Amino acid sequence: MYPRDLKYTKEHEWIRVEGDEGTVGITHFAQKELGDIVFVELPEEGEEVVQGDSLAVIESVKAVSDVYSPISGTIIQVNQRLEDEPELINKDPYDEGWIVVIKIKDKDELEDLMSNEEYQELLEGEED
Amino acid sequence: MKKIIKKTPLNSVHKKSGAKMIEFGGWEMPVRYKGIIAEHNVTREKAGIFDVSHMGEILINGDKALDELQYLVTNDVSRLKKGQILYTPMCNNSGGVVDDVLIYCKKEREVYLLVVNAANTDKDFEWIKDNIHQENVNVVNISDKTGQISLQGPFAEKILQKVADYNLKNMKHFWFEEDIEIKGVKCLVSRTGYTGEDGFEIYIPWERTELIWNLLLEIGKDNGLEPCGLGARDTLRLEACLPLYGHELRENLTPVAAGLTRFVKLDKGDFLGKDAIEEELSKGPEYKLVAFEMLERGIPRSGYKIVKDDDEVGFVTSGSYSPTLRKNVGLGYVKTEAAKTGEEIHILIRNKKVKAKIVKKPFYNREV
Repeated sequence: MYPRDLKYTKEHEWIRVEGDEGTVGITHFAQKELGDIVFVELPEEGEEVVQGDSLAVIESVKAVSDVYSPISGTIIQVNQRLEDEPELINKDPYDEGWIVVIKIKDKDELEDLMSNEEYQELLEGEED
Repeated sequence: MKKIIKKTPLNSVHKKSGAKMIEFGGWEMPVRYKGIIAEHNVTREKAGIFDVSHMGEILINGDKALDELQYLVTNDVSRLKKGQILYTPMCNNSGGVVDDVLIYCKKEREVYLLVVNAANTDKDFEWIKDNIHQENVNVVNISDKTGQISLQGPFAEKILQKVADYNLKNMKHFWFEEDIEIKGVKCLVSRTGYTGEDGFEIYIPWERTELIWNLLLEIGKDNGLEPCGLGARDTLRLEACLPLYGHELRENLTPVAAGLTRFVKLDKGDFLGKDAIEEELSKGPEYKLVAFEMLERGIPRSGYKIVKDDDEVGFVTSGSYSPTLRKNVGLGYVKTEAAKTGEEIHILIRNKKVKAKIVKKPFYNREV
């Protein structure tokens, strides 16, 4: 449920780093907490983001939730499919439900993120 | 002081079945089981069962009970026959809505049951006691003794008939029957609901509520019955444009503004808020409650501003993705001059103007 090759934030985003690019989404825990996702507000390609800034907005039937950028950089791709199929995030949060690809500005920032083990420890605390 | 969150008699049942729990009106309630959209759809297409034990029940009895109620609420309670139910706003002196309630007539002129919103139960109980003139009228809050289950959807009658010792075909919309036996438990059953579907509300002694819940779920399985949470209850009532207290109904807005004038009877004698409501009717309300659907991408949410051209003309009171219409819809108050069907408005979502259109109420009407 929490792949090893990803890095995690405490706000429940994940990033998969390949070279100097990172694909970003929200975790299984986050999609489950939100419930049926019915709307995603995506950023524009070319936008600059700073680590910790709001990157996108995800709305479930009941809740409105910000997605925070795990890393600083430039958005080079957005998952346009989510406009018509926001439920992809519920169905497949780590693959088809990806949100953006970011060209990473400073790889040192990855140090601030958690491994899958650290993230799971955090969840154990939250689920109590 | 630690806040006390109340629990319904089904609290542990919900938790065991993995429902996601939230706080609502001072109660710990299930917001969803499998998912809001699935629960919404099953209620429209088959049947859904809801724990609504958080609702308040207040009993009013005495020789002059009818006279007191006529003064307390805006609708005409004298029209009720034994076994009949009335929906009515209850207003303050300035015509603002204190609560919206159902009144069940248990004995004409003398005994009435008021079903009130969970978050308002204590407020209503005090309000009623403070505004009653007669000494020999008793007001009793029986909320803590009364469990309530709502069974809604096209198969509701079929399911309940399997276990109720009463021919439900004889129960009309907004009528009820006392002492219907379900598995040996005497229940009050009414043909009412808050979903826009046919359905029943079952009032059960607190400690027997779990027994009836489990029984209905078991015998309803073949008909596709599923437990549903407050999330689906909210989307269902929104599609049917049934107002929710604290959202569409507030102490500073009248039933006239809320579009509930048909539940105000000015010819029945004096009642709380009458002068203010008459004045509002004669000069027209400043704001009117309207239904709207989004024409551009975005979900309206309670509290968002409504603008027309560049002027602020109102605010959203409820909004959601509508599973039946597969559109984003909302209710909101709009200045009367802009509150016309077909009119284009904008909802301010995260500082962006998103186009919407005022439409006729309700969004959803069941085929009869």
